Amino acid sequence: MLGQITRWLRRGVTGGVAALGLTAFGAPALGQAASGEPILVGHFGCLTGSEATFGISTSNGIRMAIEEFNAKGGLGGRPVKLVEYDTRGDDKEAGAVVQRLINNDKVVAVLGEVASNRTLAGAAVAQAAGIPLISPSSTNERVTAVGDKIFRVCFIDQFQGYACAVFAHNELGGNAALLYDQSQSYSAGLAEEFKKNYAKLGGKILVEQSYNRGAADFTAQLTAIRNAKPDVIFVPGYYTDVGSISIQARRLGITAPLLGGDGWDSDELGRIGRENIEGSFYSNHYAADQPDPRLQDFIAKYKAKHGAIPDALAGLGYDSANLLFDAMKRAPSQAGDALAAAIAATKDFPGVTGSITINAKRDASKPAVIVELQADTPGQPPRPRFVAKIDPPTDK
Amino acid sequence: MSAIHELTQKNRPGVGLTVAHTAALVGLVLGTGAVMQWVVGPAAGIYPATILRQIGIVAIAAVSLNIVNGYTGQFSIGHAGFVAIGAYAGGAVSFYANSLGWVGAYDPAGLLTPGHAVMLAGAAIGAGAAGAAGYMVGLPSLRLRGDYLAIVTLGFGEIVRVLFQQTQSQVFDPQAARALPISGWWPPPLGGAQGFSSVIPYGELFWIYAALALTVVWCYRLKFSSSGRAFLSIREDEIAARAMGVNLTRYKVRAFVLAAALAGLGGAFYAHLNLAVQPKDAGFQKSFELIIIVVLGGLGSISGVLLAAFGLGGLTEWLRQPTSVWPAALVALALVGVVQAVRRDIDSRARGRAMGRALLVIGVLTGLFEGLRAFAAWQGFKLDDIRIVLYALALISVMLLRPQGLLGTSELWLVPGQLMRRKAKAAAAPSLRTAGPADPAAAPATGVGGMGGGVTEAGGDEGWP
Repeated sequence: MLGQITRWLRRGVTGGVAALGLTAFGAPALGQAASGEPILVGHFGCLTGSEATFGISTSNGIRMAIEEFNAKGGLGGRPVKLVEYDTRGDDKEAGAVVQRLINNDKVVAVLGEVASNRTLAGAAVAQAAGIPLISPSSTNERVTAVGDKIFRVCFIDQFQGYACAVFAHNELGGNAALLYDQSQSYSAGLAEEFKKNYAKLGGKILVEQSYNRGAADFTAQLTAIRNAKPDVIFVPGYYTDVGSISIQARRLGITAPLLGGDGWDSDELGRIGRENIEGSFYSNHYAADQPDPRLQDFIAKYKAKHGAIPDALAGLGYDSANLLFDAMKRAPSQAGDALAAAIAATKDFPGVTGSITINAKRDASKPAVIVELQADTPGQPPRPRFVAKIDPPTDK
Repeated sequence: MSAIHELTQKNRPGVGLTVAHTAALVGLVLGTGAVMQWVVGPAAGIYPATILRQIGIVAIAAVSLNIVNGYTGQFSIGHAGFVAIGAYAGGAVSFYANSLGWVGAYDPAGLLTPGHAVMLAGAAIGAGAAGAAGYMVGLPSLRLRGDYLAIVTLGFGEIVRVLFQQTQSQVFDPQAARALPISGWWPPPLGGAQGFSSVIPYGELFWIYAALALTVVWCYRLKFSSSGRAFLSIREDEIAARAMGVNLTRYKVRAFVLAAALAGLGGAFYAHLNLAVQPKDAGFQKSFELIIIVVLGGLGSISGVLLAAFGLGGLTEWLRQPTSVWPAALVALALVGVVQAVRRDIDSRARGRAMGRALLVIGVLTGLFEGLRAFAAWQGFKLDDIRIVLYALALISVMLLRPQGLLGTSELWLVPGQLMRRKAKAAAAPSLRTAGPADPAAAPATGVGGMGGGVTEAGGDEGWP
């Protein structure tokens, strides 16, 4: 027993001395790693709760960006340090933790949230305090309308609805059916935009049906859709419901492809839907098999660290942090106004989810991709394959 | 607080006394708000003040739920529906009054601007709307009991949620709002599934805590009014209450409407603090958060519910970055020691046992928590990640150690008197329960809560012959 303890102690001391040696001599020898007073950056996300995977993916992306930035010397030798709080997926907590990040931790900027309503709660606080906030993935239009300190690096629902409508009309046909989740603002909003743009392109919405999140039976809605014989069914819901919808649609003999938004983006969808969801499409922020060296480099690094292909949220988290660092470098000071002005001036920033330009509404102007779900080998769960890239309309 | 208690006990005060009482109560309500706004708020700092504002609103909703679940003993799980009605009504009144140009721009320094007047009017409308909803759902459903009532109230919360989902989209553009014809206001433009957002931030500490003080005073006076006694009698035994001439349905509906109206008041402030309201705020998850607070504080105890609201609200924030609990454990131990030393209802052996038990419980909990902290530090993970697990564990341990809630059915300011007096009473009268009415202060404590069962105090059993 005693021998064991001394062994532990010895090992601990040796390790400590080695670590000390590394910081004392190793770091200057490398001449790269950042030291000095750290700059604090905040992140608030749903790290626990029913949407935890969203928050954790985003956090992984942000952490990777920070590690790389610090390894390259940080901001003039000062490293960036992340302060992260969990919102539990609760709107009430979102406002409070942003307050905590700004007033207690004194962060220079805040990154987060995924869900638009929680970003809105945090944005009100950040705007009042004059601290810039960048949302990686809140797609609701209202988010950046809060004020001149609020930005995002993803496209907005309006554009996603447009992209789906363009793809549906040009590639799949001029007759569509709509099946959306009326309990989710995301889904209802996307359906609205799709309808508007599809009609503008000359398409016809044959039938419009809705459901509530977590419903088990979609037979009534799908039967109405089958009778209308559409070319495509637009289902802008979340992946759990979409999986069941695809199974029930095929069972009813509907062969038209389903089309959806980024709420489909999860490996779970392929596992639930299997062969039923094959041949369906969705719009997303990026596709893992897109031939872009920057993206492929990010995917390789992420895979090495976390053992999985990053989802879009990880990519957007990574981009939001990197875009912030880029602005930090350009800003004359890290004060709220100067930093916000630098972020607003971002143009053609090379992100892994596409080239990002911050427009006058402080939204990201960037392309969307359309992916198709296909299995590598028959019987395997299908995976998304890149099929098209839709650029933002020039008049927007 | 004991002064108010004295006030409530005087049955027929003269005009002068009535004026004095009213002034004292108004002073208490405004004074609480003023102390929070100008003393506690600035001393605490911006972030803790935000948490205090949130807790204040949760406390309003929980204290109001206590009227139904605590006093009257009816199990309602749709309370968040009333909170949401108040939130939507209050938020919509302020938002549209602003976009229609009835009030000026928001002034962060002011506490009584025209905007605040509209906000208070909105809060009154919210309370009224929630109270009306309480009446509508209460009248048919409060003839039911127990599980059946629970199911009906659950259904009510879900109906409210779905109704708010079906509203029109919010009109953000002031010009569009002004140009909207009368028919455009129906169905109301409350944002549908997107929720109602961009409410003006009128939720200052002053108003929230004035509203909380109003709620607490109201509920406290209600508890000792004739309605309150009827509520308590319904909780204890419906058949006996009916035999004594208590109109069950009328009093149940009355409890429901009062609770709903106060919940609506809290909801209106929630809208002005959170600045956004979602249909899911009416869902049963939010109702359960309130029920947890009421059960944890003690069904029927206002101070217990306040204690639970502040304790749980503080706990979830403190668990983000937990500090050492040794000092708190020592303070708790000292408190238990003082209480056990002065209580006169038990003999020295029972006192020794109680002290030993307290030492064991506090010691074990402290040891476990410190061990966990050390383990987390050694393994390099943040306790923040398992915050909700710790929160749930805290709830479980409180319920195991004190199934009747923190304060049972008693009030914080009545507990010392009870501990001191119980021995004397046991000697004077053979039955504790009949001794109750002779001493009004101890009266609410003699009833045994629905959740608690007979485990209120070990000392009580020893008083029985």
